[in-house]
Amino acid sequence: MFYLGMDVGSTATKCIVVDGSGTIVGKGLARGGAGTKAPAAAEAEALAQAQVSESEIETICATGYGRHLFDQANMEKSELSCHAKGASRLFPGVRTVIDIGGQDAKVLRLGVGGSLENFAMNDKCAAGTGRFLDVMAGVFGCDVSELSDYDRQSDHSVSISSTCTVFAESEVISKLASGESIYDVAAGVHDSVVDRTAGLANRLGIVPPVAMTGGVALNDALRERLEKKIGYPIQTSELAQFNGAFGAAIYALEA
Amino acid sequence: MTELTPAKSVAGKVVAAVANNVYESAIEAKKNGEKIAWISSNFPQEIPTAFGLHCVYPESQAAAISAKGAGQTMCEHAENELGLSNDICAYARISQAYADLGKCPNGEREMPLPDLVLCCNNICDCMFKWYENLARTLNIPIVMIDVPFNNKFDVDDKRIKYIRGQFDQAIKQLEGILGQKFDEKKFEEVCKISSQVGEEWLKATKYLNYKPAPYKGFDLFNHMAVATMARGQKESLEAFKEFNAECEQFIKEHKSTFKGDEKHRIMFEGIACWPYLGVTYKTLKNMGVNVTSCVYGPSFAFTYKNLDEMAAAYASMPNATNLERATQLREELCQEGKVDGGLVHINRSCKMWSSFMPEMARRISRDLDIPVVMFDGDQSDPRNFSEEQYVTRVQGLVEIMDSNAKKGE
Repeated sequence: MFYLGMDVGSTATKCIVVDGSGTIVGKGLARGGAGTKAPAAAEAEALAQAQVSESEIETICATGYGRHLFDQANMEKSELSCHAKGASRLFPGVRTVIDIGGQDAKVLRLGVGGSLENFAMNDKCAAGTGRFLDVMAGVFGCDVSELSDYDRQSDHSVSISSTCTVFAESEVISKLASGESIYDVAAGVHDSVVDRTAGLANRLGIVPPVAMTGGVALNDALRERLEKKIGYPIQTSELAQFNGAFGAAIYALEA
Repeated sequence: MTELTPAKSVAGKVVAAVANNVYESAIEAKKNGEKIAWISSNFPQEIPTAFGLHCVYPESQAAAISAKGAGQTMCEHAENELGLSNDICAYARISQAYADLGKCPNGEREMPLPDLVLCCNNICDCMFKWYENLARTLNIPIVMIDVPFNNKFDVDDKRIKYIRGQFDQAIKQLEGILGQKFDEKKFEEVCKISSQVGEEWLKATKYLNYKPAPYKGFDLFNHMAVATMARGQKESLEAFKEFNAECEQFIKEHKSTFKGDEKHRIMFEGIACWPYLGVTYKTLKNMGVNVTSCVYGPSFAFTYKNLDEMAAAYASMPNATNLERATQLREELCQEGKVDGGLVHINRSCKMWSSFMPEMARRISRDLDIPVVMFDGDQSDPRNFSEEQYVTRVQGLVEIMDSNAKKGE
């Protein structure tokens, strides 16, 4: 039998199918969250990749902000526990997980066995989240996936002092208007996210080894800046964005 | 895990009736031409009560208005018509709006407009400007007692003298405003009742220490209104005695107003999110979580016999004390309440006290080895709360407490 984890997030829906040993056999990702067609699309993609039909799925566990709205789910778990569970499999022995998603940023402390021990989350503010980077990419006229390359072409980071996303957007525009290079401003945007994330992590207390998940983990330049800031190497995985769904699938398997 | 027989509290209704009567008798008194004071929650009410002055509480009124769904309308009136920033405390905005309108949108919690205002800042420094503004806009007298934030652990004599001097001045002011002499004998009687009410209130809060508790901790948020508004009244004493007798009965009969298994017990820190009282309570209840520790008990339980002792008591208000003392108090309450975790409200309306919270939460979590999580919200402005974010944080907290409980088995 197979087990399915569905992470219905704020900007994207991720789906993972695992087999009876917990090995990933299919994954799907669709733009959009709860109330959109994204959950069905992500599920269809994952099932197709796994070459598994719906009837072969033993248990479905939903997580993420739209977890209550995914009717097919047999169970639900908070994204906090799912991220902890997924990370403990993706990064065996990890003790601190930094997850930056579309709507929130969180830092999780895992126990020695991989269980969630404590967590800290951002307050009701988009600063330091994927949304902040989306807005800034919009100002730069690029895709958010290009920000890492922009940062790598930077000579120096231009300080972005505003913490509010709207204020920071104005500040970025004024820096660009005053002749600062787009690459240096992009580096400054990354530093702004890094400062906020490091503050959140320090509030909880960082215990190594550290891993990073969520879509922003794929931004290499930002992750490297964060490593320097917190003083620890940060592991990541190409499955970083699927970590919550993977954790949910493991919960479904263990149920 | 022990499931008790669900019970309905009769005594709780008696307590609620005392709170309601504070408003009703003030409305009646105003009709009869008597003077009305608006008073901050921890002003030494024994002084105006000894004068026989009718006092009503803008903080309690704002809480009631927002719990009944009119918080946003009142806040928007304060912002759009009176020009107040939405960064100002929502209680203050609702109060200023009520002073301007003289009524609620749908009669949520009416009370008579004041002839004077009595302000003490031992619970919050925003009180100063809030009450000064009320006095100015309504053109009425203000009596102000300044209890500075105490950055030391204990209350020293210098501080007591400073506050005591202001009590004497407040009495003189009130004698002038009301045109009557201060009756010391009456004052002593009121102090006696107030101390007894404080003791009974504290006793009521301590029943939550029973495991499982005979009532749901959110009940305290409502019953607190009597401890706040009617500390010097005999009716309050009788109501709390009845409530406590009911608690004893519930314990004997294995009953509780908390429905379902009390799987976990937590500390709730901060003012309730009144506009979302149902959501915040049900989320916890549905996950088997009861609030068995909160600072409301000692916040409104004072014991004193004279003005000097009263000065010391009012200077020891939990919100006027330093981080170390505030943390110690909460840690003691957590231990008494046998909690498995803590939930802290980062209250946008209460910036000063919320700024304490991350460090206080960190220390409590470290010292007691329990998870303590925070959520963003507001005591009265519904625009500053996200239900889904609250649910996610509570669910995370519960999953950690579940995991800890399994480890302990």
